[in-house]
Amino acid sequence: MSDDELTPASTLREVSDSDSSSSEPRDEPGLPAVPGEVPAVPAGQPHAPVPVVAHADVIDDAIDNPVFITEKLSVSYGTAPAVLDVSLRVPEKQITAFIGPSGCGKSTIIRCFNRMNDLIPGAHVEGTVRYHGVDLYGSDIDSVQVRKRIGMVFQKPNPFPKSIYDNIAFGPKVLGMKGSMDQIVEEALRRASLWDDVKDRLKDNAFGMSGGQQQRLCIARALATNPDVLLMDEPCSALDPISTGRIEDLMHELKETVSIVIVTHNMQQAARVSDRTAFFIVDMGSSEEARIGRLVEYGPTDRIFTNPHDIRTEEYVSGKFG
Amino acid sequence: MATPSIASGVAGPTAESVFGPARRRIGEKAIAFALFCAAATSVVITVGIVVSLTGETLAFFADDAVTASGFLTDGQWTPLFSDPQFGIRPLVQGTLIISGIALIVAIPLGIGTAAFLSEYASPRVRKAVKPTLELLAGVPTVVFGYFALTFFTPSVLQGFLGMDVSVFNGLAGGIIVGVLIVPTVASVAEDAMSAVPQSLREGAYGLGASRRQVTVRVVVPAALSGITAGVVLGASRAVGETMVVLIAAGQVPTTSLDPRNPMETMTAFIGATGKGDVPTGSTGYKAIFAVGFALFLMTLILNMISIRFVRRYRQVYE
Ligand SMILES: Nc1ncnc2c1ncn2[C@@H]1O[C@H](COP(=O)(O)OP(=O)(O)OP(=O)(O)O)[C@@H](O)[C@H]1O
Ligand SMILES: [Mg+2]
Repeated sequence: MSDDELTPASTLREVSDSDSSSSEPRDEPGLPAVPGEVPAVPAGQPHAPVPVVAHADVIDDAIDNPVFITEKLSVSYGTAPAVLDVSLRVPEKQITAFIGPSGCGKSTIIRCFNRMNDLIPGAHVEGTVRYHGVDLYGSDIDSVQVRKRIGMVFQKPNPFPKSIYDNIAFGPKVLGMKGSMDQIVEEALRRASLWDDVKDRLKDNAFGMSGGQQQRLCIARALATNPDVLLMDEPCSALDPISTGRIEDLMHELKETVSIVIVTHNMQQAARVSDRTAFFIVDMGSSEEARIGRLVEYGPTDRIFTNPHDIRTEEYVSGKFG
Repeated sequence: MATPSIASGVAGPTAESVFGPARRRIGEKAIAFALFCAAATSVVITVGIVVSLTGETLAFFADDAVTASGFLTDGQWTPLFSDPQFGIRPLVQGTLIISGIALIVAIPLGIGTAAFLSEYASPRVRKAVKPTLELLAGVPTVVFGYFALTFFTPSVLQGFLGMDVSVFNGLAGGIIVGVLIVPTVASVAEDAMSAVPQSLREGAYGLGASRRQVTVRVVVPAALSGITAGVVLGASRAVGETMVVLIAAGQVPTTSLDPRNPMETMTAFIGATGKGDVPTGSTGYKAIFAVGFALFLMTLILNMISIRFVRRYRQVYE
C-alpha cells in the first residue's frame, strides 16, 4: 500500500465543481438506463431529478488527493443486493459525511472501506475500492492488514470489558508496536481529549465511564494505532448533545492528521462537521424485499445543503422526507 | 352496552366499564397449578434424597466400628472385610485423581471446541458439529466404560503408547471420563462465547486484530465466567461419573497416586457395593450412604460455584 501505487489521476475524469454550469448531472453513455426514467437532464434545471443510476463521479469529481476511490461498488447480503453502483472519491485529511434514510446502505458502504463486511457471512462485494490506489479487495490484500491502517468507531460505544489503559493498549499490542506503552496510551488519550478526564483512573474498568467518555475512549483506542483513516458509523447517535459537541470538536482537530468518513443521521451534524457529503437513498424496487441503496449525489457539503442538484437531495436535506 | 358512567355522572368507572367483562380464569389457574406441580417434583425429589442420605449417614456414624475422625483421616477403606476400616481418603483421592485427569483432557478439548464453534466455524460447519457433540453427550456411559476397558487401555495405552498400565487403571478411566464431559464443557463455554456481543468482536477486528487475537484476547476473557461455569459443571459430572470408572478403573481403594494402577472412586464404590450382596442394615451398607452424602456435598458445592459464574456472565451482557 505505498503511495507510488497511486492510480494516475488521468484515468479518472476530473470535473471542477466551481464550474457550476457543467456540474449538471449528465448521463454516462455506458450507463444502463432505467425504464421509465428520463435519461438526461436538460441544462438550466438545477433541481431536476437525476436518473437513479447516476454515478457520483458524474455529479462531482473534483478530488485530486483521494484516499478512497470506489467504482461501481455494490454489496449484497446473500442474494439480495443492498447497495448498487456506488462510485465516489473520498478526499484525504478531510471529513466526508454519508447521509440518507435508514437502510440506504451507508453502513454497508463504510464497512467496505476496512473490509468489515468480510465478517458477515453471505456479504458479497463487487466493484472496486481503492485505498491510495491499491485495490482493497485484491487477492494479495490481507483484511487484517487493512484494518491496522483504517480505524473504525461504531454507533454504540464498545469498550472492551477491561481497564481504560488496557482498552487503549489493545491495538498497539496486537500490532506489536514498539515504544513505551504508557506514552502511547497517554498520547492517544490526549488526542481524543480524554486524558484530563481519566488520567487518575487509568486502571479502572472502562464500563464505569459515561457514554460520551466511552465513545471518546473508542476513538482514542482507534487512534492509538496511528491509523491513516478513521471510519465513524453514527458515532454520536447514542450520545447527548454536549458529548456530541465534544466529539465534533475532536473531529475537527483530528482532520489535521487523519481522513475521516462519518455516517450520520443528523443532518445538522453533517453540515457542521463535514467537508463533503454523499447522499444515499433507498430505491424501492418492484417488490418489498427489493430495497436497494444508491448514491444520489455527492459534493462539497455547503453545495449539497444550499444548492443540491437532485430534487431528492433537496427534499431530504430540507427535511421533507427521510 | 354500558353508557360511559363519567358522562352520565351516575357512578365512577368500573373495571368492567373500562376493560369489558372479566375473563374466566379457571383454565389459567389449572394450568398454573399443573406447571407448579411439575416444577415442585424436582424440589421434592431433591429433598427426599437429602433426607434419606442424611438418615443413613447419621446411622453410619452412630455405628461402633466408625469414628468421624477415622472416616476423614484414615488411609484404608475396607468396609466389607471382617475387620473393616472406614477411611474415605482412598475413595476421595481416586475421585480427585480421575476427575483431575478428566479435566486435563476436557478443558483444552472443550474450550477449543467451543472457540471453534463460536469464532471459527462457518454456519454450515457449526450446524454439522453441534449435533455430533450432542450425539457424544447422548452415548450411554456404560458404552464409554467398555470402550475404555476393551479398546482404550489395551490398544491405545498398552499397545500404541506402550505404557505399563494395569488392565484396570485410573488413567484410562480419567481420559475417557474427560472425553465424556467434553460436550458439557463445550456447550456451556460456547453459550458464553456466543453471548459476547458482536460489537466487542467488531471493535477488536476494527483495530487490526486477527481471528486468533480476537478469540484469545477479547472473547475468552469476556466469556471467562461462563467458560469457568462450563468447566466446573464438567468437573461435577466427572466427580459423579460412575459407569466408566467402575468398569475401567478397577475397584481397588488405594492411596497410591499413580494412575497407571487400579483405583476406586466414591461412585465406583457405591455402584459396586450397592449391587453386590452387602446385607441391608450392615455397617458396609450404611457406608454407601455416607460416601453418597460426601459425594453429594462435593457436587453440590461444584454446582453452586458453577451457577454463580453463570449468573455473573449473564449479568454483564444482558
Ligand atoms: N448483516 C446483514 N445481513 C443482511 N442484510 C443486511 C445486513 N446488514 C445490512 N443489511 C441490509 O442492507 C441494507 C443496507 O443496510 P445498512 O445497514 O447499510 O443501512 P444504513 O444506511 O446504515 O441504515 P441505518 O441508517 O439504519 O443504519 C438494508 O436493507 C439492510 O437490511
Ligand atoms: Mg447504519
